[in-house]
Amino acid sequence: MRSQRMLWLLLFVWLGAALFGARGVNAQTPSLDDEVNRISKTLYCPVCPNTPLDVCNTQACADWRNDIKQMLREGKSEAQIRQYFVSRYGFQVLGAPPAEGFYQLAYWLPLLGIVLGVVIAWLSVRTWLARRAPGVASEPPPIPREYAERIEKELKEL
Amino acid sequence: MSRWIQVLFFVLIIGLIALFAFGLRARGEAQLATGPAPDFTLTSFEGQTIRLAELRGKVVVVNFWASWCAPCRDEAAFLEKTWRQYKDRGVVFIGVNYVDSESAAKAYLKEFGVTYFNGPDIGSEIYQRYRAKGVPETYFVGRDGQLYGNALGPIARDSVFMTERAFIQKLEELLIK
Repeated sequence: MRSQRMLWLLLFVWLGAALFGARGVNAQTPSLDDEVNRISKTLYCPVCPNTPLDVCNTQACADWRNDIKQMLREGKSEAQIRQYFVSRYGFQVLGAPPAEGFYQLAYWLPLLGIVLGVVIAWLSVRTWLARRAPGVASEPPPIPREYAERIEKELKEL
Repeated sequence: MSRWIQVLFFVLIIGLIALFAFGLRARGEAQLATGPAPDFTLTSFEGQTIRLAELRGKVVVVNFWASWCAPCRDEAAFLEKTWRQYKDRGVVFIGVNYVDSESAAKAYLKEFGVTYFNGPDIGSEIYQRYRAKGVPETYFVGRDGQLYGNALGPIARDSVFMTERAFIQKLEELLIK
């Protein structure tokens, strides 16, 4: 009886280890299709605007996904595949413009805009404050003492 | 100092607006139909090279197509048949393959038995030079290197873009010029 329990326990442990091990292997080595999908996510269909290759349903996109699969089978790296697509279809296949040459403007202009905006806002606020300052200083000048006393006196006489 | 920064800011804004307007204008320009045909060099799927400027004295038909383009299929067989009829009369057909998978493009050429010069338009450069807006589009280049019209859709028997008869007439007219 005890040996039978031990046998069942061993069987469960072995099954658990096998399942866990299998999952571990899968997590470490993604399938070819997963790789194709991962790379396709970063590339855009040159024909349909703003549609990543992985969700594009056209025949053209299906052909390009097949091309990616074929290139992966041939042992090409992701960078080589991306380069192939860029050289063949232009930079519009990339999800973002490359950080080189004229395309660097896409990265620097927003930053420049933010910096300029902050500087202009700061200068404007400073100018407004400077304009308001004379206003504060130009509060009614204090009444000379003799006038004040005279006013007080006349008020009492009322 | 603040004045200079404000000026710089406005110049930047105006520059961006000008750039945007320029882009919109370029996008809105119609396909080429007249004037000098933009020169290009195309490498075929087999690795041979052809240059439009070197075809001066011949009538050239430049056809933009793609394997994924359904209307291109309507004209593929006709274009091949017509090229076979006219190739000995000084007419050259050039197929410019627009954003396509090489394997799919080759399969398409095989399917329709296309034998005239065909190659991929790397980076869509030729497509942009002719301001093409889609596929199929066909441009007619005369013996003098000038453009003599285009067909902005499939060439088929009952096509609203250009009928097969009109295409043949066009070739005949260009051969006489």
